[in-house]
Amino acid sequence: MPSATPSSFIPLENIIIPAGFSKPLVELSPVRKIALALFVMGLLVFIIGGTGAFTAVPLLYSFGSLGLATLGALLYLLPLFREYKPGIHHNGIMFSKVQSRGALAWMVGIGMTGFYVLLYWYAEYLQHCIRAADPLSFWLRGKAADQWFLYGTLYTLAVVIMGVRMIAKYRHSRYQIIRTLSVVVFQLMFAYLIPAWLQMMNQPEFYFTYFWPLKYDYLNPANVRYFLASPNQLMVFMIIWGMIMTFVATPVLTYFFGKRWYCSWVCGCGGLAETLGDPFRQNSDKSLKAWKIERWMIYSVLIFVTSMTGLLWVNSAMQGGVLGEFSLGYAKAYSFFVGSLFSGVVGTGFYPIMGSRVWCRFGCPMAAVLGLFQRHFSRFRITTNGGQCISCGNCSTYCEMGIDVRSYAQRGENIVRASCVGCGVCSSVCPRGVLSLENGAAKGRVKQ
Amino acid sequence: MHIVIIGNGIAGITAARTIRKLSDHRVTVISSESKHFFSRTALMYIYMGHLTYEQTKPYEDWFWAKNRIDLVHDHVKSIQTDTKTLLLLSGSHLGYDKLIIATGSRPRTFGWKGQDLRGVQGLYSLQDLQTMVDTTTNAKRGVIVGGGLIGIETAEMLYSRKIPVTFLVREQRYWNSVLPDEEATMITNHIREHEGIDLRLQTELREILDDGSGAVRGIITSSGEEIPCEFVALTVGVEPNIDVVRASTITCGRGILVNEYFETSASDVYAAGDCAEMQFPESAAPSRIEPLWYAARAHGESIARNICLERAAYARKTFFNSAKFFDIEYQTYGTVSAKRSKGEETIVWQDADGKRLLRIVYANDATKRVLGFNVMGVRFRQDVCTHWIERQTSVEEVLTELGAANFDPEFFPECEAHLVAEYNRQTGRNLVLKRKRSLWNAVAVLTGKAAL
Repeated sequence: MPSATPSSFIPLENIIIPAGFSKPLVELSPVRKIALALFVMGLLVFIIGGTGAFTAVPLLYSFGSLGLATLGALLYLLPLFREYKPGIHHNGIMFSKVQSRGALAWMVGIGMTGFYVLLYWYAEYLQHCIRAADPLSFWLRGKAADQWFLYGTLYTLAVVIMGVRMIAKYRHSRYQIIRTLSVVVFQLMFAYLIPAWLQMMNQPEFYFTYFWPLKYDYLNPANVRYFLASPNQLMVFMIIWGMIMTFVATPVLTYFFGKRWYCSWVCGCGGLAETLGDPFRQNSDKSLKAWKIERWMIYSVLIFVTSMTGLLWVNSAMQGGVLGEFSLGYAKAYSFFVGSLFSGVVGTGFYPIMGSRVWCRFGCPMAAVLGLFQRHFSRFRITTNGGQCISCGNCSTYCEMGIDVRSYAQRGENIVRASCVGCGVCSSVCPRGVLSLENGAAKGRVKQ
Repeated sequence: MHIVIIGNGIAGITAARTIRKLSDHRVTVISSESKHFFSRTALMYIYMGHLTYEQTKPYEDWFWAKNRIDLVHDHVKSIQTDTKTLLLLSGSHLGYDKLIIATGSRPRTFGWKGQDLRGVQGLYSLQDLQTMVDTTTNAKRGVIVGGGLIGIETAEMLYSRKIPVTFLVREQRYWNSVLPDEEATMITNHIREHEGIDLRLQTELREILDDGSGAVRGIITSSGEEIPCEFVALTVGVEPNIDVVRASTITCGRGILVNEYFETSASDVYAAGDCAEMQFPESAAPSRIEPLWYAARAHGESIARNICLERAAYARKTFFNSAKFFDIEYQTYGTVSAKRSKGEETIVWQDADGKRLLRIVYANDATKRVLGFNVMGVRFRQDVCTHWIERQTSVEEVLTELGAANFDPEFFPECEAHLVAEYNRQTGRNLVLKRKRSLWNAVAVLTGKAAL
């Protein structure tokens, strides 16, 4: 019998999975093969259209790219409801070349990063691609698409399509179904359709689900003055709404429910992470070192954005007398480094390599604020069920925020961490029913 | 003082960590299985690709040096209790002041013909897992012998690789020696929902067939049927892994004999976890081996306290255990036996599609105190269930408050009212469920606040 006796003593540093073992076993059904082909074709049409090949036929280009890719993706994912039994079946994720930082993951990551670079700084190269969104743009906004409308369209499509996948995969859990529907609806309505309709009606493009400090310009003195002084009652409402969300809703809702009310139920960045990002959630770094880096970075960004807004107000109050151009330059620096480079390029482009919550974990100042409330002033915690933890590591592995959930669970302690977005996946994947997201008395949550 | 621990499983590592927490003694842990502590319970997830080996390590590699726990990746060849030294396979010697033996188990066999063939194995160690990965890469069928926890986990592992399985179970239903009929039936049906798993009840292994090269080519069942296969998992239980201890002066029975302080027959030598057999000379109770991961953890902590604080007898807490049978989670608290014993009454509810079940066992006397809980497909709170059992709460009080024990995530349907209705139907009583699932309600029960 092979066991740890001298005759069979084989020192192992690791489990060696031979190549033959890890090759995928799932034979794609014909429908799914065709679906995959349609998706790839749509993608190719979109890219080829970037050369201007289809400028003469805008409607055809739109359907041939975005339409075809969407159809293909949905046809590919819908059979999951039949083929994937309800329950946790992460079979083969650690052998997957896409999901476990293989060559394909790097290709996807580089492709996504490249797209963001073009989007933010070289949009002229996307001018033909943007035309793919024209029909939708005219229909929803009454005007031609720009790069941001194209981006919004792709983003929303990704959330909706991958939301279907998320629901198929976690459909044994009502928490996951309802939460996923929530992020999908918030993205579709409040971050896509409503801003588009507002423009159609000649109102400012406004996002009711984003507020300071994530949407830092909503508290800029120029904006606040302009909106407040507007004869348009809707604009006055908008700016006051943003302030109420920042100064009232943020602390109050976080007190009752933890930061999840926003990060994994409402926020668009969170929405993308919870849908498009779900296949990559296990790639977040769980080490103590990563946690240290996380805290330095996220609170630095919070200080950066707070000081930026503060400087703008001081400068504005003094009519630019003291600080001159400095505060504007400071704001521009924030916009470049944090607004574009961090939240977009790194935050999403690096999904396949660093997990789905790179931005939310290391950069988002909104997450930082919500996290401070969650850690120090909230009823939320993840409860550990007595001594039932078997230290298997599923919770830590599938935590997108890189929290070593197991280190608390195996000691029987509550998990009260600033970064926890309350996605609930640790509770879903736990094979022993040890973890539950709960709201209870704020006092005594954290073991002293 | 130098404390040496043989075995880096949950018993040995818990002892090491607790000693470090309580004292400054020098601690050395020896293991031939792995350099670092990993979670044995997660072996199946490595095979299925849910986790990597690295992810099954509960502590990062720097943890051990930082906490001054020396790790020795070697095998103990002999224990010399007179000189208090260990001889290692590498040839080096290691002296100890106190020794804790936590060598765990190994898969049990019953002398079947062919049990040593290539492709035949148990599943306990990291090495076993590696062997299983290697032998099943091209296997067309696997046979599992033994319907216990490891058996069903092995079935799930092979199922995840789409390898057809023949699953031999001696009892009338899966794990019916431990699970009451309803639970065992539920899991039996659930196993059969999986295409490619051929469950054979009341069937045992007769012999394993050689393909002529020393590898398995099939098995013959107790009914005489021959089943071709390239892999056989023997999962009929475990036995203490104590060859090295038997060769020493330390007294062994089925396991290493210890008293309630985990002390062996040799001075300053302790044993913990699966390999220890505890005797109770004063109460004349039968000796006991507790081959349970949770128990091993408690043993490790208890020994550390004995060594570092004061010598105190091991006090077993209210029993609990958990498992997952494919997609159905199982938790048990207190005493729930497969066959109801005299003086016990039980109440059970299960849903129509056979995926959720609640059971309470209570005393069939005036107290009607609850004795145990079984839940399947539902999560219950350990602290609340234990609280009721230890305080001998009556089943009727428990039923009216039962929602407080529910530990399912938010939005999950609550099923406690069904069990109350079942009780009312059987007894003609008219109880009403007063508490729903919430942390507030759980805390209220634990602190003795009355239901509203």
